[in-house]
Amino acid sequence: MVLDYLPLLILFIIAAGFAAIAIILPTVLGPRNPNKMKQEPIESGMIPFMQAWRRFPVQYYMVAMLFIIFDIEVIFFYPWAVVLGKLKLFGLIEMAIFLGILLIGYFYVWRKGAFEWQ
Amino acid sequence: MNLSSLNWNSLLPELVIVATSLIVLITAVVGKVSRVDRIARGHALAVVTLIGLLIAAGLTIMQLSQPASDFMGMVQSDALSHYLNLVILLAAALAVLLAWDYLGRFTYSFSEFYSLLLLAVAGMMFLGKSTELITLFVSLEILSISLYILTGFNRHQLASAEASLKYFLLGAFASGFIVYGAALLYGDTGSTWFSDIAANASGGFLTLAGFALLLVGFAFKIAAVPFHMWTPDAYQGAPTPVTAFMSVGTKAAALVALFRVLQSAVSAPYETWAWALAILSLLTMTVGNVAALRQTSIKRLLAYSSIAQAGYMLIGLVAGTVLGLQAMLFYLFAYAFMNIGAFACASLLESDDWSELQDASMANARGLFSRQPLLATALAIFMFSLAGIPPLAGFFGKLYLFDAAIDAGWLWLALVAVINSVISAYYYMRVVVVMFMEAPDESTRVRLPIPDSAILAIVIAVLGALLLGILAGPSFASLGQAVVAWRF
Repeated sequence: MVLDYLPLLILFIIAAGFAAIAIILPTVLGPRNPNKMKQEPIESGMIPFMQAWRRFPVQYYMVAMLFIIFDIEVIFFYPWAVVLGKLKLFGLIEMAIFLGILLIGYFYVWRKGAFEWQ
Repeated sequence: MNLSSLNWNSLLPELVIVATSLIVLITAVVGKVSRVDRIARGHALAVVTLIGLLIAAGLTIMQLSQPASDFMGMVQSDALSHYLNLVILLAAALAVLLAWDYLGRFTYSFSEFYSLLLLAVAGMMFLGKSTELITLFVSLEILSISLYILTGFNRHQLASAEASLKYFLLGAFASGFIVYGAALLYGDTGSTWFSDIAANASGGFLTLAGFALLLVGFAFKIAAVPFHMWTPDAYQGAPTPVTAFMSVGTKAAALVALFRVLQSAVSAPYETWAWALAILSLLTMTVGNVAALRQTSIKRLLAYSSIAQAGYMLIGLVAGTVLGLQAMLFYLFAYAFMNIGAFACASLLESDDWSELQDASMANARGLFSRQPLLATALAIFMFSLAGIPPLAGFFGKLYLFDAAIDAGWLWLALVAVINSVISAYYYMRVVVVMFMEAPDESTRVRLPIPDSAILAIVIAVLGALLLGILAGPSFASLGQAVVAWRF
């Protein structure tokens, strides 16, 4: 029973071992002569021109959060649509209740002005 | 499957609470209210919330003798969940009374507050009824997420925001443990239903690890040592009505849910888990009580005291008998009255300056008896009850718990608990000494006039702590009759 998980353990050991080798070998073998260029953070060959920790509009956060909520709402429709034929009226009413509660939330968010950028 | 085949009656109290929550929420964005009318509207919303809580309590009482299991066995409404519902609804109603006046001093978002409070109540009620891992997890998240927001509700104050973030991060971590545990159990048994898990568990490593992770998650939620680190900060930073509510409600719901998991999902002999719980209980009460000794803030002192109280309540689970469950339920009722009462008094000692930490320092209570004799007496009653001094509810609660422990063969745990009670008497009495024996000076601070709603809450709590103590025998017996119906 537990033996069934042996491949998982081996995979884990290989992964950990590979990471360890990739870190240890360069520190042992690699020459070290740091200069300013080498010390800079690498970003696809671009020369860094500002701090990574900069401010960005907090509205992004709100938009992203609302997007996730309503995105998940849409995803719920897929499994529901597949089994609706079997669930019949029951499924329809259940979904109506679910949507009704979400619509209250939507209405709240809308009237609170969360969709406006300013 | 169709609508009428589901037994909606078994979830009626919860549905009422959810509906009330939605109604309260939607009022936030309907119509325009002038600045002056906002407070009045807040009071109206509090009344709506109280009505919703009362209806739910009424429905629960009507169903008291009707156990039902439905929604494909995902929920079980029985004596256990009904009594839990009553504790939670009582705690919520007292919290609303506390918030009545308190809330208007730092926010106008009344709808959001009451709506979230009701959602947390609904989550707790569902948690106590769930007999399936996913239902359990979803209800736990509903209550936790609502409480994270409520903790940081005073968002202009740094301590409140900090408390909220700490609670959120550690709480989310704890939820992770529960999901991992649930996943392992599902991997082991191929089902999320408690009954299936009990029937199919292999009893090997997966089962043990799954249950251990669930136990860790629950220990976080009930603030058991060593998973209690968030408690003092969260309880101190949160608005006091929220602290009062969550210190009682979360513990009650999580303890009952843990009991359900252990009793109905664990196929292993109960003794395997009783030892883990006994050590948890021992650590929780000892660390809670010792840490409370040196606190100078009443809110923080009560936070550590609530950790210790969680340790006492775990004894009921350790015993794992009818008597243990009965004692735990009785203690939950007693705890709801005395702890919320104590927080209610503490909320009146807080400073009015909202730029500083909202805290009731011990110095604020200096000589309170000569300034406000009734308030000081009430707080003293709650402290005596928490310390376990007869004839108050807390004394009988402890007596029944310790008795259940001895009855189940846990004599050493009962002895440790008694020693802990003696330790705890020191810091509870210190509050009383400060109030009654010291002279008031410039640091003494009471919010005047004391709002009527707070007086009502304190009176209810005092009556509860007194009556539950005086009528301990009959009320304990009536709990017993209902609990015996629960299958063991």
